[in-house]
Amino acid sequence: MKITVILTMVPDLVEELEIDSAGTALDTQWLRYVLSESDDHALEQALTLKDRHGGTVTALAMDEGDVDQTLFTALAKGADEGCKVISLPEGPVPRRHAAAIYAEVLRSRPSDLILAGVQAISDLDGHLPGLLGGLLDLPYVGVTRAVEFSGTDTAVVHKEYPGGTTAEIEVRLPAVIGVLSAPQPPRYVPVARIREVTKTKKITTVAAPAVAAPAAAAVRRMFKPEHATHAQMLEGTPEAAVAELIGILATRGVLR
Amino acid sequence: MSEFRDVWVYVEHLKGTVVPQTFELLGAGRTLAQALGGRLVAVLLGRDVPSLAAPLGAADSVLAVDDERLGSFTPEAHSRTVHQLSVTLPPALVLCGASSTGIDLAAALAVLMNAAMTVNVAAVTVVDGRVVATSQLCGGKLMCEVDVPLPAILTVLGGAFPAEAGASTRAPQLDLKPAPPVLDHLRTKPVRLIEPAAGDIDIARVPVLVAVGRGIQRKENLPLAEELAGLLGGEVCASRPVIDQGWLPLSRQVGKSGMIVKPTLYLALGISGASEHVEGMKDAGLIVAINSDPHAPIFDVAHYGIAADLFDVAPVLIDALKERSTAAA
Repeated sequence: MKITVILTMVPDLVEELEIDSAGTALDTQWLRYVLSESDDHALEQALTLKDRHGGTVTALAMDEGDVDQTLFTALAKGADEGCKVISLPEGPVPRRHAAAIYAEVLRSRPSDLILAGVQAISDLDGHLPGLLGGLLDLPYVGVTRAVEFSGTDTAVVHKEYPGGTTAEIEVRLPAVIGVLSAPQPPRYVPVARIREVTKTKKITTVAAPAVAAPAAAAVRRMFKPEHATHAQMLEGTPEAAVAELIGILATRGVLR
Repeated sequence: MSEFRDVWVYVEHLKGTVVPQTFELLGAGRTLAQALGGRLVAVLLGRDVPSLAAPLGAADSVLAVDDERLGSFTPEAHSRTVHQLSVTLPPALVLCGASSTGIDLAAALAVLMNAAMTVNVAAVTVVDGRVVATSQLCGGKLMCEVDVPLPAILTVLGGAFPAEAGASTRAPQLDLKPAPPVLDHLRTKPVRLIEPAAGDIDIARVPVLVAVGRGIQRKENLPLAEELAGLLGGEVCASRPVIDQGWLPLSRQVGKSGMIVKPTLYLALGISGASEHVEGMKDAGLIVAINSDPHAPIFDVAHYGIAADLFDVAPVLIDALKERSTAAA
């Protein structure tokens, strides 16, 4: 089986997020990017399938953020190819436009299974895998916790619902799956191994095909939320804050 | 002309029950439909549709398809069917929950309808005839207000609108349509629903919950939370990242896709407060959050907060609780 997993870089939420002077987008000057969490799980899901059934895994990403490091990490973990979509339109590529670009790329690089994280924290005008399934006219299921091949041209996926309920759904291949999480945590790869891969392997490239930007919502403003309610903060040293908290818990009848 | 004026609400249901968020969407949809000069239509796909439609009287009509192949949700069957319905009755807006079902349906439908899409919507209104939506980005740290071109599909966050406005005792006006031929050529097939394994505690019934998030850092730190939970007479639960790491079982997950809990005390340790998690615990009697990031969204839902490293505060809290317990003895 040939598996393609799409990786997206998103803002690192550990850093302070700043809005640009126009007030309509993130200020990217000092922004640090990390691999989207559910994409990390999609990669793990792809590698797990390869471990069990053989085949190949291609990690595909747009040329943005620190994507080379992410692709080399994917190669170090066991992906067979790290491929970067270059010559992108200027500025951040909205999700809907990204889906159109990926759809064209994937038409010329067909796969049995296309995996991507079901959503990214920066999504605004759509979630990639569902859009991709529609654009490629391939069956799609998202919010999955497990994917397993069940025959030569079928897979069984476990789709998560509230309360721990899971739906088992059979999908005819080729298909697109939106991964929420892999059956086990993403594998660890030592930095030394990544360094080694950067010296021994190359990232391949593919030029972004020219596709019209789909109609998208126009951003009026971006802002940090101001909530009507906010916690009453307990200040001071940990000892002082805890003493106040104990008093509150006792008053509220939580402590006996 | 009704084209691009009607507001459709996709009725989500699971195990024979309409999901509560549907009523939030019906309430919001009523306001939007009035502003756009259109009708509010509940779109119901499934099996045994008349019984499912019973609580949907808030809509002007319930556009429904009753078919075995729509009994269990798949994005393919449901998006194709909604699309077929939209060909003759094009809506301005389709509102879906930002849920496991809604986000799968919305993307597929947006492509089929060639409609715009806006996700994680926390507010939506009509300004001078234009639909303006406010979406949550970056785990709730940012909001983005956008002009939404019509037609459009919106996925709406749970709890964004009150459910009361969408509840009605009025008998629904059922408009039953035949199953479209596209259902004869499906490539996805529901096999079964799997319920969570019994055996672990039911965190929805526990009066005190100590919840751990990404801030707990590693599995080896869980005993800190367990000791705290023990002293408070409660149990440990977690947000998604901890569950995804396999450090606690799925039965301990709190959030939209986990358990909805309403304990007397919810002590959140190192939890940022993403909407996915907040949906599952916002109705707790008393919420206390400890997080090193003073801007973490969890402080917007907590009653009391301590902006500090949990590893500085939790040991002090444990000592204080032990001391109190010893003094009481």
